[in-house]
Amino acid sequence: MEALAVRGLVKRYRNGVEALKGVDLTVQEGDFFALLGPNGAGKSTLIGICTSLVTKTAGSIRVFGHDIDVELEAAKACIGVVPQELNLNQFETPETIVVNQAGFYGIPRRVARERAEKYLTQLSLWDKRHKMARTLSGGMKRRLMIARALMHEPRLLILDEPTAGVDIEIRRSMWDFLRELNVAGTTIILTTHYLEEAESLCRNIAIIDRGRIAESDRMDRLLLSLHTESFLLSLRTPLERSPSVAGYGLSLVDPLTLEVEVSKDRDLNELFTRLSGEGIHVVSMRNKVNRLEEVFMRLVDKGGKATVSP
Amino acid sequence: MRAVGRARWIGFKTIVLREFGRILRIWGQTIVPSAVTAALYFVIFGSLIGSRIGQMDGVDYMQYIAPGLIMMAVITNAYANVSSSFFGAKFQRYLEEVSVSPLPNWIVVLGYVGGGVLRGLLVGLAVTVISLIFTHLPVEHVPSILIAVLLTAIVFSLAGFINGVFAKNFDQVNWIPTFILTPLTYFGGVFYSINLLPEWARTLSFANPVLHMVNAFRYGFLGRSDVDVAMAFSIMVVSAAVLFAIALTLMERGTGLRD
Repeated sequence: MEALAVRGLVKRYRNGVEALKGVDLTVQEGDFFALLGPNGAGKSTLIGICTSLVTKTAGSIRVFGHDIDVELEAAKACIGVVPQELNLNQFETPETIVVNQAGFYGIPRRVARERAEKYLTQLSLWDKRHKMARTLSGGMKRRLMIARALMHEPRLLILDEPTAGVDIEIRRSMWDFLRELNVAGTTIILTTHYLEEAESLCRNIAIIDRGRIAESDRMDRLLLSLHTESFLLSLRTPLERSPSVAGYGLSLVDPLTLEVEVSKDRDLNELFTRLSGEGIHVVSMRNKVNRLEEVFMRLVDKGGKATVSP
Repeated sequence: MRAVGRARWIGFKTIVLREFGRILRIWGQTIVPSAVTAALYFVIFGSLIGSRIGQMDGVDYMQYIAPGLIMMAVITNAYANVSSSFFGAKFQRYLEEVSVSPLPNWIVVLGYVGGGVLRGLLVGLAVTVISLIFTHLPVEHVPSILIAVLLTAIVFSLAGFINGVFAKNFDQVNWIPTFILTPLTYFGGVFYSINLLPEWARTLSFANPVLHMVNAFRYGFLGRSDVDVAMAFSIMVVSAAVLFAIALTLMERGTGLRD
């Protein structure tokens, strides 16, 4: 079943800015879906329309088959949303915030209190449940917004940059939590500027640029569209100049670091053999840039229209 | 259908309880100021100046102004609660908690109005207790008291809601109370009987809805009114219905809330 079906979605603001220019997007039930795009591409507008915080100009949206123009309440009941900007009542406690949120969805207080304990514990906030929201750290506030969005146990969870400004350790624990949630059956749509995050978590991806979907595909297929990949090799002994190996683009970044561009039809074994033959020993290796970042930059052409890499 | 009704009832209760929690959390801003102001009015207008005024409309002046002062507190607090709470939720963006939920707009309006009515009644009760320290308040007609105070609180909660919807900053939350609500209240027969006014001023006063509210309420206590009480209740019911329709329309359109 389609968790989200967006067809011909247009948003034109009163000032004439056309934020969405006929967006078509489908997210299947159970998916972990990445929605990427540069700032101002239309991601938050799209999410805003799905959650009825922004009014659409044209087009249709169905959430688990419920058309938002016909069955808005049923559609809303299926969605949990974690917005990009903090929207907590700073003078309420985490427990009050999540219990009230459940109340807005018609969940009785007794059940709401049980769920509050469950989700605040899972997101490591239970011991902070009586603190004012304004006294929580940025990471805690983000996690509180996730707990709040889960209180009515939505079938579709939309996360708009949930890990922005969160340290690496907490970000990793949030990833684990979201993975478990997805495995348990919740469909998740994620927007993020951390492309490593999208690559690590999501199975399908759409890239939006200037109000249009530039690409929508399976994550693995999109990454396969890369024709070359760049690596940085750390060397045991310094070099004065870059070696030359046929079929590989090599350049010396510094005396102990060699950059290599490898095309998809070649393997690295051959390169290592040739380098060993010249007495060059590689100590370690890492990707120069995140693979998804490379795809993203190719799709989102800052100077003109969005282009797909050849 | 029953499940939907129950869910909406829980949603309504949640908004009202949240508002109640806010009223209690900041009681120094919500309850105390009106009680202190009322006490000052009783000391100055009642004890110091009132003793020189003597009687108004056949009753002791302190007794005469007591229902008006209670009503004044109800009006300003019901209005202020909804306008500031709704605008605060909009400003801090946590109104989105309600906006993304399946609660229909009419429940959201009623929930906020419920909070305003609650504060209006709480402060009204506090001012009543203070007035009893200064004067004796007879009770002539209980239903008039209850209906008048409830309808007045509803009307001004709805008006505060509309103000909260339109307000773009905190100044705009205060404009209406300062430049419209306060003059209407002071010229609404709280401190005097309109029978003291010249004909043109008396006629003009009938256009002031606060005059009808204060007098219907005063009638419940003292059995005296400058206006027709049945007409006063009709004005309140029609005002509430019109303001509710406006508030709901604004919410449906997303005025001040959605781009």
